[in-house]
Amino acid sequence: MNSATSTPPRIGSGRMITAMTATGALCALFIVLAYQGTLPRIEYLKAKALEKAIVEVIPGMTSQKVFRLQPDGTLQEVQEAAKDASLVYAGYDLKGNLAGVAIEASGMGFADVIRIIYGYNPATEQIIGFRVLESKETPGLGDKIEKDPAFLENFKTLPIVLSADKSRVQHRIVAVKHGKKEKAWELDGITGATISSRAVGNILGTSTEHIVPVLHKNLPLLENLAKQ
Amino acid sequence: MFQKTLHISTSPHVVRGIGTDDIMRNVVWAMAPTAGYAIWVFGLSALLMLLTATAACVLTEHLLARMSGKESTISDWSAVITGALLALTLPPGFPLWMTFLGGVVAIGLGKFAFGGLGYNVFNPALVGRAFLQAAFPVAITTWHKAFAPERFLSVTASTLTFPFTEPAAVDAFSGATPLAAFKFEHAITPAYDLALGLIPGSTGETCAVLIALGGLYLIARGMMDWRIPVSILAAVGVFSSILHLADAEAYPSPVFMWLSGGLMLGAVFMATDMVASPVTPLGVWVYGTLIGVLVVVIRIWGGLPEGVMYAILLGNAVSPHLDKLVIPRVYGTSRTYKTKAT
Amino acid sequence: MSNPISQGQNNKGFWSALAQSQSTNEFLKGLWKENPVFVQVLGMCPTLAVTNSARNGLAMGLATTFVLLMSNTLVSLLRKVIPRQVRIASYILIIATFVTLVDYAIQAISMELSKALGAFISLIVVNCVILGRAEAFASKNTVGRSIMDALGMGFGFVMALLALGSVRELLGYGSIFGLLVFPPVYQEWVIMILPAGGFFTLALWLFVFNWYKTHKKAL
Repeated sequence: MNSATSTPPRIGSGRMITAMTATGALCALFIVLAYQGTLPRIEYLKAKALEKAIVEVIPGMTSQKVFRLQPDGTLQEVQEAAKDASLVYAGYDLKGNLAGVAIEASGMGFADVIRIIYGYNPATEQIIGFRVLESKETPGLGDKIEKDPAFLENFKTLPIVLSADKSRVQHRIVAVKHGKKEKAWELDGITGATISSRAVGNILGTSTEHIVPVLHKNLPLLENLAKQ
Repeated sequence: MFQKTLHISTSPHVVRGIGTDDIMRNVVWAMAPTAGYAIWVFGLSALLMLLTATAACVLTEHLLARMSGKESTISDWSAVITGALLALTLPPGFPLWMTFLGGVVAIGLGKFAFGGLGYNVFNPALVGRAFLQAAFPVAITTWHKAFAPERFLSVTASTLTFPFTEPAAVDAFSGATPLAAFKFEHAITPAYDLALGLIPGSTGETCAVLIALGGLYLIARGMMDWRIPVSILAAVGVFSSILHLADAEAYPSPVFMWLSGGLMLGAVFMATDMVASPVTPLGVWVYGTLIGVLVVVIRIWGGLPEGVMYAILLGNAVSPHLDKLVIPRVYGTSRTYKTKAT
Repeated sequence: MSNPISQGQNNKGFWSALAQSQSTNEFLKGLWKENPVFVQVLGMCPTLAVTNSARNGLAMGLATTFVLLMSNTLVSLLRKVIPRQVRIASYILIIATFVTLVDYAIQAISMELSKALGAFISLIVVNCVILGRAEAFASKNTVGRSIMDALGMGFGFVMALLALGSVRELLGYGSIFGLLVFPPVYQEWVIMILPAGGFFTLALWLFVFNWYKTHKKAL
């Protein structure tokens, strides 16, 4: 680069600032236009993706309401589905009955954090649906948690065993080796994806222990809102 | 043998009179009992695998040497060792086409990409094994039962898988190795079974006693740096003893750690790779200790049940730096004297 | 594709005229002689990271080409206006703008694609191919030539990413662009989809290119 070695002509800082500001303004204009142009479509796709996941984990739901989990253990309805991990989505069927609650959870997998969403039905006290939202598990091995049919069969009806007053989970969900499932609350694991399937069991165990009692405590709220 | 002409060469000037091929041949002898036992335990499949891996390595070495315009270096036996070592680290019943591919990668990528024997940064057999582990994670963790009754009459179905196709679904057995059993089930295998190799595992890593005998032979002949296996085993022993004493429930005993998995095979035949390990005695001690500690760390806290392979590869990677760290002070200079980088 | 100018003496007609023109040369050099990936070895981060399938490689390549084209055009247009002292800052500003545009566009086209490419779309901003072309070419040449240069480099980049992505997808999934090439009994080489496979495949292609270059005379 020969030009770099030659001394550049002296110019005032005023011109530099003007040039930078002008370039900046031009760029800002481009960005704003692009943002405005694509925003509706992006929002639509995002909402669609989440909705698809929720519908998938709560079979039979037709409408939904979003609740935020408050620090004091109560639920509060929110209108805007902001990106917030402590949201639960209540799904209602055509008649307005509570069909299930979708809960997001995440935890460490083999490669990176696994994000999942699962549906819980307070009436039957069962997990009724499950879907991996995000995972970077090894292709061909750990990513079986997303597609292995035998593993996904687990989540069609997975009972959460609660204590008598429904204030805590009696038996935490735990993943066991494939084919070794004996207890109702055990998760039948995957051969060749031991660590990833155990991670899913662990995420579900932690999340249900925390959330399911809260859901039962706030059940009237969840059900009443539907009738309004 | 007296030459009148003055022979000018770079160091070393004092030679011992044994060549690379002498050492390598002796390493092959030292491995023979382990390989033989592997064939006895796992039968025809193990034999075919040993032959395939060795053939792949020797063939690749020959072709690559020819292609790069050098003289073929297969007569120094080092490719045979790479092939045999590779086969010994693979599970019995591993498809032969994958074994062959592993051999090609071991020599091509692990050795010739760096310039051939004497220039390889990593132990070539472990490079081949690491490639296979990442490429075919299911096949490489499918273990087979030791002492199957029909092992000399028939070959495990998965061994003869057609090239580039998936091995048939696990037929006989997919038992957990002792390490996996400990990691996932918290089950301890008796030390007696471990020492004699009455356990599922890779072809050559099951019988700790025979591996140790091979190592002793090489040490006695002065063809192996005894500090490497000693420091690795000592580090594993000390580190796992501390953990075991702290919580005997959660952490296995040092004996279990020594005898299970590929530690013996790795410490004796892999980590001692003359090219990929440090040269200075102090460097070797650091190298061995590092590998030993890494093995325990990976086994106890890592995602994988076994970590000898990665521990040794990491040790290989740092060994040139270890030599640099412990470089002796040049007489008459201060400690900060900088040697010119070559 | 060896030097089109020197051998244009005896064959007349459209193609030789095209081959002799300056702007064609600007375009062709990016494809082969100065290929950004295989010859200049620039922009390694996206090259290695997102090429685990042909589709991802193509998408990344096209996104980069778009940014390259727009930034080269704008930098060339403004080359007399921007003072030398603040030129790098201005280039980065311009490049970042178009990267943001591409990021929005990809999110609007497909969530899935945007998830697969992840942070690497935003990282186009630090792709040295783009800043390199802005500084070394667009800031000194006319708009027309800068556009040809951007297209050449861009398509060279697409070609390289597609070459890497195809090999990795073929070995790693047994398919190309999602279409099965090998029968389902094919054993996938998982390593090819993992980051390590990117390094191996890149090394392989670099080997092929260098081998071709050194043996070109013999062929």
